[in-house]
Amino acid sequence: MAEKKYIIKQISIFSENKPGRLASIAHALEEAGINILAFSIAEANGFGVVRALVNRPDAAHETLTSMGFMVSFTDVIAVRMRDEPGGLFEIARILGEAGINIEYSYAYSGKEGAVLILRIDRVEEGVRQILQAGGEVLISDLFQ
Amino acid sequence: MMWDPRMEGMPAGDLKRLQYRLLKTLVYRLYSFSPFYHDRMKEAGTHPDDIRSLEDITKLPFMYKSDLRDNYPDRIFTASQDELVRYHVSSGTTGKPTVVGYTANDLESWTTSLARSLTACGLGRGDVMQVSYGYGLFTGGLGLHYGAERIGATVLPIGTGNTERQIELMQDLHVTAIACTPSYLVHIGETANRMGISIRNDTDLRVGILGAEPWSEGIRTTLQNELGIRVYDIYGTSELSGPMFTECTEQQGIHIWGDIAYPEIIDPESGEHLPPGEKGELVMTVLKKEALPMIRYRIGDITSIDDSVCACGRTSPRIMRIQGRVDDMLIVRGINVFPSQVEHTLMGIPEVVGSAFQIEVDRRGALDSMLVRVEMSKDAFSDKITDLMKVKAKVTHDLRNSLNVAADVELVAPGTLPRFEGKAKRVIDRRVY
Repeated sequence: MAEKKYIIKQISIFSENKPGRLASIAHALEEAGINILAFSIAEANGFGVVRALVNRPDAAHETLTSMGFMVSFTDVIAVRMRDEPGGLFEIARILGEAGINIEYSYAYSGKEGAVLILRIDRVEEGVRQILQAGGEVLISDLFQ
Repeated sequence: MMWDPRMEGMPAGDLKRLQYRLLKTLVYRLYSFSPFYHDRMKEAGTHPDDIRSLEDITKLPFMYKSDLRDNYPDRIFTASQDELVRYHVSSGTTGKPTVVGYTANDLESWTTSLARSLTACGLGRGDVMQVSYGYGLFTGGLGLHYGAERIGATVLPIGTGNTERQIELMQDLHVTAIACTPSYLVHIGETANRMGISIRNDTDLRVGILGAEPWSEGIRTTLQNELGIRVYDIYGTSELSGPMFTECTEQQGIHIWGDIAYPEIIDPESGEHLPPGEKGELVMTVLKKEALPMIRYRIGDITSIDDSVCACGRTSPRIMRIQGRVDDMLIVRGINVFPSQVEHTLMGIPEVVGSAFQIEVDRRGALDSMLVRVEMSKDAFSDKITDLMKVKAKVTHDLRNSLNVAADVELVAPGTLPRFEGKAKRVIDRRVY
């Protein structure tokens, strides 16, 4: 399916909400020579989930798992946003009108423009809708 | 004021002679009439004739809670059913409940014990006692009820619950004493405050008889200062009859009436008898008990004995505040909690690793708080916080249901909690008693 090339393997790491946890994750990735391309932490009472796009997700998974971390892969997509007022609205509107739910998202605004990372409930349909509406979905090769 | 000055102030030597006579009679009676005890003594290689002094009590075998459970409901009773006038039944938190039967004499000795105790707390005719322990199968309510009636106090048998009404009646009926758990008294104080009532200024309350859960000197100080009353520790368990012994107004340990019971402290590991002042496991022999005799019963509470004469003049030995348990039972907000129960509950939840958990107990202000740390199972990990919160909510709910007390739950990553090769140490109890 054509949409497959847009699906990015995000690594998600369960982390107790304790000093030093993030440091040990980051340090392990550094040691393994893995680059973090985008990153967010979701926190709840007592624990959090670290989500990251990395250049070598399989290696990151293996490294962190061997250290005892609970790691999983999640399918996400990255959408180019216009880096000006209304950019986020355009994308959210497309998905909303198509009845696709955004489970979570995070964004970064770098030198190549603004990018929105999305976890949505129907990934391939979401990609199709954004492309049809003239949006730009970044292919996963750009990250991994 | 003593209820029975002859007994309570009996010189130490006389008391020992009396205790020896009572013990000897008890042992002969049981050896002759209790198949259970006869066999136990034979196994231990002790004949009643071997008991030649009070110190020889150490030759007698121990009794355990499991003996009561294994002989459920009444196989070790030494009174026939037509001699019994009452049953009480424990809650059965750890499995089968234990049944305690009482003859008329057993009730009489229970009531006598509490009559002395309540008098030692400065209560008597003219006092109004609100009994806010549960009535029914639980021994607290009826025990205090008859003890208070015996000393001529007026009893308000209100039981548990409906706190606003408790406070209203406390005012209307000029209640001077309350018997309840320490945490309930804290709750009463807080509720009264919310109602705009000061226990100190707007009621006649002056004494609290508090027990059924461990509590600390810190809570005593807080309650006494905030409510303007004196509060006393009460001790007992259903196997002994129920709540039986309290402190006196000196607040220097719980008086164990020498003609009713004989306390010992042992090393819980070796079973060796320990001298006064040393901390160990409390072992009780009830010298006068007909329906369900208790000889060297290992209650499992940790304390020490002070056998010096109390400043109040009473000569019976005193046990100090209970400092913990020998087994892994916890008492959290008055409820018995066993780590095995926690494990059992967690085993039923596929999203967590049931065999690896940790319980932390703290006291925040007057209230116990319990935290259960649970490892999530690998398959249950989702990177959606809402999914994880659902797992957490499920564990919280299931624990609350099975333990009857709320616990905070913390999810941790699999493999991160300590593993044990020998006996697991799953409980960190930071409360100070």
